[in-house]
Amino acid sequence: MPAFSIVNSILLLVVVFVTVYPFVYMISVSLSSSLHVMRGQVTWFPRGFNLGMYKIALTDPRIPRAYLNTITYVVLGTAMSLVITSMAAYALSKRHLPFNKGFTMFIVFTMFFNGGMIPTFLVVRSLGIMDSIWAMVLPQAVSAWLLWVMRTYVSSLPEEMEDAARIDGLRDFGIFVYIVLPLSRAALAAIGLFYAVALWNNFLLPLLYLRESDLFPLQVILRNLVIMDNFEMAVTSTVGVEGMVIIDSLKYATITVCTLPIIMVYPLLQKHFTKGVMIGAVKG
Amino acid sequence: MQSLSRRLVKSRTLLLMLLPCLAFFAIFHYLPMFGVVISFKDYNLFRGVFDSDWVGLKHYRTFFQSRDMWILVRNTFLLGFYSLVFGFPAPILLALSLNEVRRPRFKRLVQTVSYLPHFLSNVIVASMVIMFLSPSSGLVNKMIEALGMEAVNFMVKPGLFRPIYVISGIWQQMGFAAIIYLAALSSIPPELYEAAEIDGAGRLQRLWHVTLPGISETIVMLFILNTGTLMTIGFEKVFLLYNPAIYETADILSTYVYRIGLVGGNFSYAAAIDMFTSVVAMTFLLMANAMSRKFAGSSLW
Repeated sequence: MPAFSIVNSILLLVVVFVTVYPFVYMISVSLSSSLHVMRGQVTWFPRGFNLGMYKIALTDPRIPRAYLNTITYVVLGTAMSLVITSMAAYALSKRHLPFNKGFTMFIVFTMFFNGGMIPTFLVVRSLGIMDSIWAMVLPQAVSAWLLWVMRTYVSSLPEEMEDAARIDGLRDFGIFVYIVLPLSRAALAAIGLFYAVALWNNFLLPLLYLRESDLFPLQVILRNLVIMDNFEMAVTSTVGVEGMVIIDSLKYATITVCTLPIIMVYPLLQKHFTKGVMIGAVKG
Repeated sequence: MQSLSRRLVKSRTLLLMLLPCLAFFAIFHYLPMFGVVISFKDYNLFRGVFDSDWVGLKHYRTFFQSRDMWILVRNTFLLGFYSLVFGFPAPILLALSLNEVRRPRFKRLVQTVSYLPHFLSNVIVASMVIMFLSPSSGLVNKMIEALGMEAVNFMVKPGLFRPIYVISGIWQQMGFAAIIYLAALSSIPPELYEAAEIDGAGRLQRLWHVTLPGISETIVMLFILNTGTLMTIGFEKVFLLYNPAIYETADILSTYVYRIGLVGGNFSYAAAIDMFTSVVAMTFLLMANAMSRKFAGSSLW
């Protein structure tokens, strides 16, 4: 093998290492006994394997509740976003729609100018949806970018099938439901995943619009526990070096618990998102 | 007008299907745009947006005369600027490097792994950064100590915030951003490589004379786009990573707006800064578009 290929492969292996190792280290520490962590013996694999930290992390009532909240926001939000986006994309894909250009401009303009955090906050507050699930799913319900991706995809569908359906007596909405949606399954999966990931990861919306801690999603709880040091458990009373090591392991366990779902659905994500990026890259 | 009303009636189903989407943009994008009027008023919680007193440009004047403004604009600009300078070439290099790999399984492995961080939340990334850089037990400081040097308290050193932000940003986005370049690379016709090979071009020469020209259009386009969004630094990651000890380099316009407006309750002053930020961000986009017209021969929109 020529020198060029060897150097190139080594560089790529470094990229893989830098990406993967933080997770390996984090998971290993969270699964090891504090004694081995303190001695600095944990590098690749857990030493003195134990699940103690996970037991503590999962018995904190805040974490299961936050999980449930996040799942609720993601399911409701994704469903709503998909319905609104796909209907609008279908309508905008029709050139004969009155004011089509005007509507498109109306939407595209928001990609370039926005009112900012404070005016948006005042709007959300005056709608009376603060401290409710609506504040989590409505303010970012439609992404102009994903709407554009969907519109491009729908415009690329063959006209003939729609014409045939029209002759068979289907009207606009029937065509959308029975012809367009089934043909758009790949695009719907791709943009649905983008919406779902954005909802799962969102931190800004709960920071701005939730005061009620029972409604907090996973991201807020994770930040409170790991970054703000907000553990209220018996462990925190352990002092000295060992106490610190235990808290660190507990934090790593908490991060792992919050990262795992994303890593588990990652193969599914990976299958669909490249397709999504590509659909968007083709100008419509 | 007869024909328009007939067209409206004919398309009523389509218009109804579009309605929720239009309502969304009207409520959550256009209402806030009009809501910036409170930056010309002294917003009073009990009197509401409409009945508060007009104060003209008072808040803008205060902001332009404050020392904070220059620090915030500088911090926002530099964070965006360094992200562009160091973050922009990274995915290109990764894509070029991946393009030279001859074994499809190895290539797919590297791609799969490098996309992953893109899907992690800013909270997870910030948590990991803070944990790994912790002065007492972080992995990075353990390595520094193993080399016989003294541990560094990374998160309270103002000079280190920008490198931390930019490097972690590259870690998050490099793989995902490479997708678009890989697509451009795969569209280069293989005959060009064969022809170059027959002409005796070595691997590096082919890279220089075939591969790079093949993706130069994509590079220029994305560079212009990224310049346009330079001032649009995401709020979340800065907010999660910064602390009062490093405000002098880490505090940006949006985090300042959050503290002044939502924490401090000074809505009008914060809205004025919001407005200023939007205008600056829009100026950058318009400049990028002018650049695009000049160099790439087409406008961005």
